[in-house]
Amino acid sequence: MSGGLIEIVSGGPGCTVQDPGRFGHRHEGVAQAGWLVPPWADAANALVGNPVDAAGLEWRGPGLVLLVVRGPVRMAVAGAVRVEVSRGGGPVRSLGAWCSATLAEGDRLHLGAAAEGWACLALGGGVQVPPVLGSRSTHVRTRFGGLDGRMLAPGDRLSCLRRGDVGTGEHRAPAPLALPTGPIRVLWGPQDDHFTAPARARLLDTDWQVTAEQDRMGMRLAGPPLAHAHAAAADIVSDAVVPGAVQVPANGLPVVLLADGQTVGGYPKIATVIRADLPRLALMPAGRTLRFEAVDAPTARQALRATQADWQAWVASLVPHRPAGWLDEGALYHDNLVSGMLRAEP
Amino acid sequence: MNTGQENHRPQASLLPQGDAAWTVEFGAGIDPVLHARVLALAERVRARRDVEPVLASVRDVVPTFRSLTVLFDPLHTDADALGRRLLDLSAAGGSSVHAGRRWRLPVCFAAEYAPDLAALSAACGLAEAAVVQRLTSTPFRVGMIGFMPGFPYMTGLPPALALPRLATPRKAVPARSLAVAGAMCCVYPWESPGGWRLLGRTPLPLFDLQRADEPAWLAAGDEVHWQAVDRATHDRLAADWARGSGSREAFLVPAEGVPCPVV
Repeated sequence: MSGGLIEIVSGGPGCTVQDPGRFGHRHEGVAQAGWLVPPWADAANALVGNPVDAAGLEWRGPGLVLLVVRGPVRMAVAGAVRVEVSRGGGPVRSLGAWCSATLAEGDRLHLGAAAEGWACLALGGGVQVPPVLGSRSTHVRTRFGGLDGRMLAPGDRLSCLRRGDVGTGEHRAPAPLALPTGPIRVLWGPQDDHFTAPARARLLDTDWQVTAEQDRMGMRLAGPPLAHAHAAAADIVSDAVVPGAVQVPANGLPVVLLADGQTVGGYPKIATVIRADLPRLALMPAGRTLRFEAVDAPTARQALRATQADWQAWVASLVPHRPAGWLDEGALYHDNLVSGMLRAEP
Repeated sequence: MNTGQENHRPQASLLPQGDAAWTVEFGAGIDPVLHARVLALAERVRARRDVEPVLASVRDVVPTFRSLTVLFDPLHTDADALGRRLLDLSAAGGSSVHAGRRWRLPVCFAAEYAPDLAALSAACGLAEAAVVQRLTSTPFRVGMIGFMPGFPYMTGLPPALALPRLATPRKAVPARSLAVAGAMCCVYPWESPGGWRLLGRTPLPLFDLQRADEPAWLAAGDEVHWQAVDRATHDRLAADWARGSGSREAFLVPAEGVPCPVV
């Protein structure tokens, strides 16, 4: 079966292949990697009829132009970005995010800069790179996964499946998948006792500014330094860390770990961002300010269940769709009308 | 680092790392007794993962010097029940000793592989041969793997060789460098930045994707004995590995006093 094939024509820095991530090898020092905004990746995959573990592209910063070398290829984008397609030297037509479309051979897909953090592109059948330790996710620091463990560059080619081999029919979402709003919620610990009481209060009372020092590994926040209880409390015997950990080195400024974060660390962790809010944090661009709110474990669980319910409602809201003024691929490829592999789970 | 009573807590502490991980902390310091408790708990969790439903959604079990962190799928886990079970398991029969594997691993101390050996020797007031002798006559214990894939943090460095990290870290430490800092010894599996002092190089890759079931060569609890090899032996072993004809198992110490069969 010769599948679809796309080529990067321009752009690529900040763009990697991702999937849900690499699990089961943290004790060997292997980071999780995986989507920074899993709900959006799940949304893009749902729109093209992929299972949730399908690999796709995630990017930030400059946009991308992709060429369909072999098609047709079904695609969908989730994120706050411009999505346009040009065919055969014809005009560039806007498709927009949050809907699927089928591209033919020779089509060019123009993806805008992800001004608001990150965006995700799903391709029908998923990006077919070899899994490394059970995941296709790129971890640039250790050169695992994706294309040789690196960011994409012009000339790179990625294969996926042809349309017809995966779910059928175009879909669109009446509205983007909403993420929770309000302060970024954290659970205290595991080393909140390494900080003075005023420092703990200050974590919650401060408008923290997201700095430009951020990547898939973590983000530094600017604000008033958080004082450790005593000088020795700023250094701990290295122990395990997880995505969402709010580490505070001796300079008192928080660093929040994200998906690519290392597996162990030697800084005390005053708090940990809850799962429901980690994608929203990862989306925040430099200059944005945020507040933290401490919650208890039941609240964290409720928040996660609420995001799952939001997801299910969003999937249920998808409607069949033919991109306006675009292709009548249905007639061209004799679609049957059974909607393919839409999954109700995130 | 705290010392004294804080180092040994009779009761383990259950600490949340967000809503998707628990850390069971046994104390604050680096201590063989704490480490044995960590490894015993890790062994119990791994052994029961397939039989106890409350442990079924555990994704990762990460032992460190003084704590065990368990990551789970929060949507499919009763987190409180899991936490209680981890505490139960940590209290049960704390004396169980983890039987780590024993390795005899080659290391070459040739000058081009050991850029900090001369300076460390001078700073410690020992001849280079005496430094090498001390490194190769003492067992090292793997406390944890982390920082980068396969990177072992090993205790057991003789106190006479203890120096702080370099004031200015190197931007690129060559892959497979054996390095020391403080009371620890490590190997950098890949080229990376690093501030530890480089004393030699092993021909073996400590992380190998060909072994997808267990890509990291060493695991927490393993014992490592360094065996000095000359430049020619180092290069031959490195070439064997590059050809794919090396075998990890050949470096296991079968019994006390048996020399490494490959070297």
